[in-house]
Order: sequence, then C-alpha cells, then structure tokens
Amino acid sequence: MIRPVETEVTERSGTFQLAGITEGQALVISQPLSFWGGIDVETGDITDHSHPGLGQNVAGKILVMPSGRGSSSSSSVLAEAIRRGTAPAGILLERPDPILAVGAIVAEFLYGISMPLVVCDIAGLPSGGRIAVGVGADGEAIVRFVGAATAGGAAV
Amino acid sequence: MTLELTARDRSMLDGEQGLSAAAAMKILVAFSNAIGARSLLDITGAHIDGCLYHGKAGLDFVERLVEGGGRVRVPTTLNVGSFDLIHPGMVKMPEAEEVPARRLMKAHLELGCQATFTCAPYQTRFRPEFGQQIAWGESNAIVFANSVIGARTNRYGDFIDLCCAITGRAPAWGLHLSESRRGRILFELGLANPEPSDSLFVGVGLIIGQASVDRVPVITGLPQPRDEDQLKALGAAAATTGAVALFHAVGITPEAGTLDEAFQGKAPDETIRVTRADIDHALSRLSGVADGAPLSAVSLGTPHFSHEEWMRLLPMLREVAPGRGIPIYVNTGRATLTRLQEQGALDGMAAFGLIPVADTCTYVTSILERLDGVVMTNSGKWAHYAPGNIGVTVAFAEMRDCIRSAAVGHVVRSAS
Repeated sequence: MIRPVETEVTERSGTFQLAGITEGQALVISQPLSFWGGIDVETGDITDHSHPGLGQNVAGKILVMPSGRGSSSSSSVLAEAIRRGTAPAGILLERPDPILAVGAIVAEFLYGISMPLVVCDIAGLPSGGRIAVGVGADGEAIVRFVGAATAGGAAV
Repeated sequence: MTLELTARDRSMLDGEQGLSAAAAMKILVAFSNAIGARSLLDITGAHIDGCLYHGKAGLDFVERLVEGGGRVRVPTTLNVGSFDLIHPGMVKMPEAEEVPARRLMKAHLELGCQATFTCAPYQTRFRPEFGQQIAWGESNAIVFANSVIGARTNRYGDFIDLCCAITGRAPAWGLHLSESRRGRILFELGLANPEPSDSLFVGVGLIIGQASVDRVPVITGLPQPRDEDQLKALGAAAATTGAVALFHAVGITPEAGTLDEAFQGKAPDETIRVTRADIDHALSRLSGVADGAPLSAVSLGTPHFSHEEWMRLLPMLREVAPGRGIPIYVNTGRATLTRLQEQGALDGMAAFGLIPVADTCTYVTSILERLDGVVMTNSGKWAHYAPGNIGVTVAFAEMRDCIRSAAVGHVVRSAS
C-alpha cells in the first residue's frame, strides 16, 4: 500500500537585509555565486563554469548560499534580473552581503518588485523542497521549510 | 540596531529637498540597515562607476534621478564609459546598444557629475586628501584612495555611490572607521636588494589579492617605489585577484609608518612569506605566450596612464621608434590627454603606432582592430580581465619590452 505523502515542516528565524514575504522551491548551492559573470540575466541560468551549480536555473527559486561574491557589478545584474523576472524569488544567506542588498533594494524602488533577502542559518536545508519566508512579530524573518518526504524518507 | 538620522537626513527622506534626494536617501537608509550601520557621515567627494551600460535597470535608475531633479551635493567624478567621446568613431557598437550607452554617460552629467570619465580620479584636480571621507566606486580607485592617499572609502559601486553623491552622506561603517583600517594579514617580502621594477609591484599585488581576500594586508620589505604609479599598479592587481580595498606598505603608505602603526598595536592573524619565486609564478600566470609569438597590438594605461607615465613612454617611443604599424593603445584620462596636446607632446607620435584612448578602456568596449595574435600589456589588471572580456591572448611584460616587441613584431622579453 502506498502511504500518502507526508511533509516535514521546520521553521527557523533570521534577519532581513531586505524585508518581504516570498515562497518558492529551494535551490541550495554550496559555494558563493557572483551574479556578475555567473548568471545569464536573460534566462536565470548559472553560467559560471567554475561553480558547482553550473546549468541550474535561479528564476523563481529561493536561492540558498553561504554568501555573495565578487564585483559590485553584481548589484546591477541582480536588479536587471529582477526587472526581467529571471531573478530568484528570494535569497537566503549565511552572511550578509551588501552588493546583493543594493541590487534588491534598487529593484524594489524602481519596479516595485520585492525580492526578500534573509540572513539565517542555512545548515541542513536541502534543494528541492519549498521555502516560505514571512515576517515575524518583531520584524524578524520567519523561514519555513516544507520538505516533501517520500515513502522511504522521514515518513517511515 | 537602529540607524540614527540627523534632522537634515530626515528632511531629505521626507522629500523636503526634492524627489531625487528623497529616493537616494531612502535607498541609502535601506542599505545602511542591511549592513548594520548605526549612523551616516558627511562625505567630501564621490566617484561614480555607473557609466558602463550593463542593462536597462542601470539606465532606469539614473533617469529616475534626473526626472526627479537630482543634483549631486559633493564634487563627483565619473568612471569610464563605453565610448571615447574625444575620438568619435573609435568604438564600434550596434546602434541598439549605442543609444542607451551614450544616454547613460549624458544622464550622469545632467545630475551634475564631472565629465572626467576616468578610472584614475586621483590623477585629476578632484584628488582627495588624507583623512577625507569619500564614497568611491571602481576597485583600483578605491584601493588607491585608501592606501596611497589615506582618504577613506568602502568598496562602493552600482547605485550606492550615486546615492551617496546625491545626499552627500555615506554609512558610518567599514573603512570609514579607524578601527576597520588596521592590518590583519602580514606579507613579508624576502627579496635581496629588490629593484623597484614595475612588474615587482604587479606581482606583489596579485599575491596579496589572492591571499588576503577581504582582510587588510600589510606588506614589509617592499622597495621604495619610483613613483605612485607603481603603487597604483600594485593596488589594481590586488583588487583584481581579491577584494582588497586597502593595503599598508610599511614605511611607504601614510597609515603605516611602522609595522605597529599598520596593525594598530595588535598582532597579525596570519603571516605569509613571499619569495622571488612566488612573484615570478604569479606573473607567469598572466601570460601563457612564448617569446617570439606574433604581436597584434600593445595596450598600456590600465588604470589610466598618468602624466608621469607618458613622460616615460614618449622618449622610449622616440628611442625605439617602432615602425611596423602595430597599434600601441594608451588609455588615459581626458584631462591628462588635453595637457599633453597643449604641450605638443604627442606631435608625430602616430608614426610609431601610438593611439591614445580617452574616456574608456580597451578591455571594456570594442576598440582593438585585431583580436587575433597576441596583445602585450604592462598591466596586471588588463592581463587578467582582457581574455575573458574581449577574447584576446595576452602577454604581460615591462613597458619597455612592450615597445621593443612592437618594433620587431613579436613578443620579446628581456627578463626571460
């Protein structure tokens, strides 16, 4: 008999670099990604050949990575990706990143599109599940991870 | 942690000083909150790295500030753009890209920025002084201002530099504050009687950039530089291989009279010994080309060639007299170029293949006539970025070797 798919929900709090609510499929990458030179802004594909996420697509995902990296031109690239709809729906970082913050702040100012940026503990967040970001009572970020467990997984 | 704003900051935020000042302050406040700054501070100048066209968002931002009646509140210089406005026709670009790229340069002027279009604003009359708080973009300019002059800026760029210029304010954070300027990592150069050659400074820059990442490096054992251009080359290389925004060279740079001063009385987190072999290795990675390879061009002046560098180059050109028509591009600021032209210093130099380039740089836009063959440069930064940006093969060498190679038509290097 096939069990109904159960889910495991975990919740953790974080700090907003740019506040907002969002939701999407988690794309977890182990190494920092530079948006400048690392993303095709027309598609959202990761194009950095030295990055393990090469070939994955960030559009509409909740991008989870340790930190940002590289040139301040990444601010422009992120803002342009947000304008085109090829940016992530939100980004979770372990360490704050001023360059990504600028891109997200300016895109919200210019186009009214919110791309929340959260600093939180990212340990143990696997790719593929869904992540929802909300705002707590004291303005903190509430990150809810909904991992779809398979029959052989946590449901057992 | 809350950000403390002055009455004037709040008046800007509330729109009492115009729509654009309000927008710039709103973004600056959001940014300051994102990085955890407690307050803002006054700046005396800004340098904007916003004139290279990366897409519509960049232009939309500047246009919004122009529409809102925005004006910069402090003297503000502009970094290179996509065009040489002094030499029309030099840059080849499809019209669909050319229109917004030209508009981006002009829109910045409408905000009251100065038409400097140089990556070396420290060579202009807007050069800051020791201890001044500034908000600069462009990695080589940032590291030069902090390290060689002792002015204070973080690594700004992309939107925030312009918000600082429009408001005259910057977050009181990072390298604006004395304690953040202390050295963290020590590089001990173990070189016997080192000659202050240009390539030595480039090599040291490449090494400290790679190993420091974003920690403030301190260098001992560096020979006294011939001039500030050698420190320019060191900083540009360090900001290419790493995120170095400030370095201290003990006995040379203004905040490092002694080792103790550079580390503000504390101990380094890490000490790295640098040998001649390390430097040779770092430099060899800049050119995978054997001597004798056919040469298609020489590119000098990244960062922009100073007047002093021109005064070294021009006698060298007359002496070596390259006559094969191999172009020798020299990127330079328009103010420097004007001064040379007024002096008549460039008269007759075209015969040696000299092509001065102003307002832009040969590795950010399409200037080079030929992309086959090898391009020689004395710039660590150009050698690092040009293969990826414009698809050329690069040979790094001292300036004299670049000119000698142009004369014989293939790569020659005296050191090898």
